[in-house]
Amino acid sequence: MTQYTGIKEIIKPENLVYKKTDIMTENTLSYCPGCGHGTAHRLIAEVISEEGLQSEAIGVSPVGCSVFMYNYLNIDWQEAAHGRAPAVATAIKRLLPEKFVFTYQGDGDLAAIGTAETIHACNRGENIMIIFINNGIYGMTGGQMAPTTLPGMKSSTSPYGRDVKTMGNPLKMADLVATLQGSYYVTRQSVHTAANVKKTKKAIRKAVLYQKLNKGTCMVEIVSNCPSGWKMTPVQSNKWMEENMFPYYPLGDLKTPKE
Amino acid sequence: MEKELRLMKGNEAVAEAAIRAGVDGYFGYPITPQTEIIEYLMEANPAETTGMVVLQAESEVAAINMVYGGAACGKKVMTTSSSPGISLKQEGISYIAGAELPCLIVNVVRGGPGLGTIQPAQSDYFQSTKGGGHGDYHLIVLAPASVQEMADFVDLSFELAFKYRNPVLMLSDGAIGQMMEKVYLSPFKERSKTVPEWATSGKPSTRERNIITSLDLDPNRQEVFNRKLLAKYDEIRKKEVRYEEFLCEDAEYLLVAYGTSARVCQKSVQLAREQGIKAGLLRPITLFPFPTKRINELAGKVKGMLSVEMSAGQMVEDVLLSVNGKVPVYHFGRMGGIVTTPEEVVENLKSKFIGG
Repeated sequence: MTQYTGIKEIIKPENLVYKKTDIMTENTLSYCPGCGHGTAHRLIAEVISEEGLQSEAIGVSPVGCSVFMYNYLNIDWQEAAHGRAPAVATAIKRLLPEKFVFTYQGDGDLAAIGTAETIHACNRGENIMIIFINNGIYGMTGGQMAPTTLPGMKSSTSPYGRDVKTMGNPLKMADLVATLQGSYYVTRQSVHTAANVKKTKKAIRKAVLYQKLNKGTCMVEIVSNCPSGWKMTPVQSNKWMEENMFPYYPLGDLKTPKE
Repeated sequence: MEKELRLMKGNEAVAEAAIRAGVDGYFGYPITPQTEIIEYLMEANPAETTGMVVLQAESEVAAINMVYGGAACGKKVMTTSSSPGISLKQEGISYIAGAELPCLIVNVVRGGPGLGTIQPAQSDYFQSTKGGGHGDYHLIVLAPASVQEMADFVDLSFELAFKYRNPVLMLSDGAIGQMMEKVYLSPFKERSKTVPEWATSGKPSTRERNIITSLDLDPNRQEVFNRKLLAKYDEIRKKEVRYEEFLCEDAEYLLVAYGTSARVCQKSVQLAREQGIKAGLLRPITLFPFPTKRINELAGKVKGMLSVEMSAGQMVEDVLLSVNGKVPVYHFGRMGGIVTTPEEVVENLKSKFIGG
């Protein structure tokens, strides 16, 4: 019989292979089980920590599931009105140009009520990073149709499925932003597999480092699941996302800097 | 240092005063009759001199949210607009009040409702003094009556805004914004390098992170915050009331008027006195806080009061509350962008109080 080793005996600095990044606070996340927000938060926190930007970073999150994001990242933070984060971030960056400024917005926020602020901030080429979480639904208010909801997709305000004839077509905001002169780097990623998490982190790091070049707006869209809003288990939702969301919102770079 | 004398429009005076006051950022959107402000700033290009940021936003909504972002960094930031544009800004103003951020908003009022007219009016009194957006809050409201005051109140507004961490509204109108008068301009002030302790400027290791928000889902904590705001407004009511009196000592009838109407009423008081009617004028300079106490004192000395406004009668409600039934209070005003004449006011005063 092998001697059982107590967990306390393994907890030693030399055995540490992974830990919570110091930029994440001790607060419990308010997100539903299996939701992609937590992973996206962690990646941003890791990049800020690894690049030594805690004292430089100012985050902005508006209304939506991430409205409490200031509880989770240990950096200075502004909570903005619904849709207005790019305008708020514009002023922060203009007045504190040496700081690292970013927004974290959902699809209802960025692609519906905040369309004007998003397009114009990107068109002016504001030197900010926009993290865009696209889960095709209004999560916080309980699963209503978003501008990004897929054709035929059911939500509480499209209970028979989104009829594009009367409800319009899903809006591809990152594609739109990529066409603007002011955008510098636009990419679409996901966080539903280990490989995708690595790619997304790489994309966030690029966007963070590009801000130092003062070349324009960087947008990282993260196509994400919403198990509660979609009424699926986390595993089902990831499968559904791969089969339905990715064909409409293909992953990959939409605009990369010209060398 | 000696003050510089210039002939300027009220709108230009605001713009020049902002540069001289060391304002860090201006965020605006064109709308008549105040567009000269952003035009003046763009031409002056203070980015090259004081380093002041001047940005034309895509909408009034974006502009006020830029003010939110800049104010939350502890910077001196402002926006200007006119009535329909100020309506669009109300959401942002409510958030700014809720997050207790200092800033200056200038409303060069035009007649309404809706698109209304581009001529001067005072029909945004309710919106300015009672909150304007959603939720329980107040702005500090300053009412300039001259081009000189439009310039002077920029600095005063920021002093009050930072003292109380509260947005300040300068309630002007199309007449004062557009007319030219001589104005003594204050010397240039350095832009402040001090960062308020609450500002989001990047978290150093020496302090906890700063969070700017107006959100609290816990009803008990939200009510505690509401009470904190009320206490602040009470302190403002105690300490910041400003008004001007004109021939009130022996007055039997008191005109109450602010801004352009107050200028008209000054002449009306003279005309009335030429006809043997002892009239006086109280001009509130702060509309919030309102000179309630002084008006109540004067109510014990006069036979009646007339609130003269370029509106359907808005400030008259505050005059009525101040007088609290002691003497009769009436309203007289023109609307639609029409400026009252001094003679009309005297005729109205006579018909309401004296007869004939």
